[in-house]
Amino acid sequence: LTTVSPFRFLGCIHLLEGLGRRAYDERELLELLEQAPHGALVYHTYGHFLRHHGGGRPYGNDFAAWTILHARDRLLGERLAVVDPADFGDLELFREELVSIVDDHLSRRTGIPRVDYGEPFHLVQAHVVTVPTGHEARTLGELRQGLAEVEASAVYYHALEARVRLGHGDFEEWLVTALGRDDLAAAVRRVDVAFSALERVRARLLGVFDAALDQEAAG
Amino acid sequence: MARLEDYREVTPRGTVDLLVRLAERVRDRRVLHITAARFGGGAGGLARLTELLTELGIQTRWEVVGGDPAFFAAERALHAGLAGAELVVTDAMRQRVLDTARLAAQRIQPAADLVMVHDVAPVALIEHRPPGGQWVWRCHGDLSAPQRKAWKFVRQYAARYDAAVFSLPGFAARLPVPQFLVYPGIDPLAERNRELSRVEIARALGGLEVGQDKPLLLQVGPLDSDRDPLGTIAAYRLVKRHHDVRLVLAATGGGEGLGGERLAAEVQEAASKDPDVRVLDLPDEAHLAINALQRAATVVLQKSIRDGIAPTVAEAMWKGKPVVGGSVGGIAAQIVDEVTGYLVSSVAGAAYALRRLLGTPELVARLGAAGREQVRRRFLITRHLSDDLALLAHLAGPIS
Repeated sequence: LTTVSPFRFLGCIHLLEGLGRRAYDERELLELLEQAPHGALVYHTYGHFLRHHGGGRPYGNDFAAWTILHARDRLLGERLAVVDPADFGDLELFREELVSIVDDHLSRRTGIPRVDYGEPFHLVQAHVVTVPTGHEARTLGELRQGLAEVEASAVYYHALEARVRLGHGDFEEWLVTALGRDDLAAAVRRVDVAFSALERVRARLLGVFDAALDQEAAG
Repeated sequence: MARLEDYREVTPRGTVDLLVRLAERVRDRRVLHITAARFGGGAGGLARLTELLTELGIQTRWEVVGGDPAFFAAERALHAGLAGAELVVTDAMRQRVLDTARLAAQRIQPAADLVMVHDVAPVALIEHRPPGGQWVWRCHGDLSAPQRKAWKFVRQYAARYDAAVFSLPGFAARLPVPQFLVYPGIDPLAERNRELSRVEIARALGGLEVGQDKPLLLQVGPLDSDRDPLGTIAAYRLVKRHHDVRLVLAATGGGEGLGGERLAAEVQEAASKDPDVRVLDLPDEAHLAINALQRAATVVLQKSIRDGIAPTVAEAMWKGKPVVGGSVGGIAAQIVDEVTGYLVSSVAGAAYALRRLLGTPELVARLGAAGREQVRRRFLITRHLSDDLALLAHLAGPIS
């Protein structure tokens, strides 16, 4: 008999630290992007969804939101909004993409307006404090049940933040290593976790698990 | 008094369980909060936080420095200086702050795993720090543009703490220590925010002689230049041409801010010419009356041109009201523009937002509902509590 190592659901809190650095225009934003610690890149991108649970303005991340709302540059904002850190699997590659986009945009502009009536961009980093939820899973059914019951920050931690922390979500990792379900892991990987409310992410993942459980029950 | 369990009904699913499990990580740690006085400044909401931390198994103590009138005069001068006012902080005032800290340290015995010193007046307690524990300076104000000499005096002590905590990144000043960010939360079960029946609302408004026969616009706060009550009245007048509404300015805080008495007189003068403008002079502790006014309002205003954490914004949103607020400080941090209300930078902007809302009742309902959910996620005392616990876990860790 082999023992399945359980999946332990962890909730999380972002303890925020102001880094005392701010940008008043897009060139200064570029400098912040070049220097930002990883905790700041996570906070200003996926952290947006932990804070707003999908209920904020639909700008995808703080860099895009600031560029559109305060620097009043919709074109750059749209280009930044669509960048998903999970597509890179490595925060340095993700940083390079953001820097490249802003640098390219600035090279095509003749002037760089400063923020006059808006707020400067404040660089903030998140320290992730994890909290055991008490939910554990040893089977797919228990994983489904746990996911349905845990606090939303656990959905964020395992489905979103893990993708930038590890390059893949925690659920996919466990499905492969503990249950040997590469097929199901691939289905989970295909779920778009970015740019929507955490409850919607939870619902999509539950849908994948329910389909797999139905399939198991059928045969 | 509400227990932690009572918050399950008003917080997002799993919030209370998360708090309990987070507290287990730091159980039996000792936390000491120190404020200048039992009321005002950093003391707001601290009693409830202390009770909840204690219920969660954290040994929490709250001590006050106290002091004589000269000490509190020095505190007010330093506060004003840090807010940017060109007030003189004399050598005698500085000495009184230092002497008071020395005496308080002897009496309080400030030993704990986490000592959180709130605001300006007690900041020099760090000079009397015993060995062990982490010391954090909790600044509730906006230090973005302080008077140089006032900040120079405070900074020499603030820089010696292990960390500082500000409400917003824009409120922070340059310090050589980590600066954490914790935004205060409102208590949904307190008298100020609890659910009220229609009868309770009607009774409270009757007592204030505020009619419910027409849509109510409300602004709560001091009648000082930062809150721009004259701008609020000007916006109301632009709206009044098109909508038969009533404006209530619920003046709390005694109008001690910049321009206080003169401005209050101008507001009273403006109000005296229009029976649909009411200025109510309410004490800060008139929680039931303010709760009823906020619940009776159609739209709540906070048309400040400079502001701090502005808890009245979260209070109004919690009651399902769209808020039209000045795009400054804590107001901008709470309102999601066009989602939970409108952020404005002028009288014209406020008037436009009000007309849009009054002309579109479904928008009032939609923004109000979104605001309530925004507060439920981000601006309740339970989120504040989880941030404080996370800070304790991060700085002090579990007992080995």
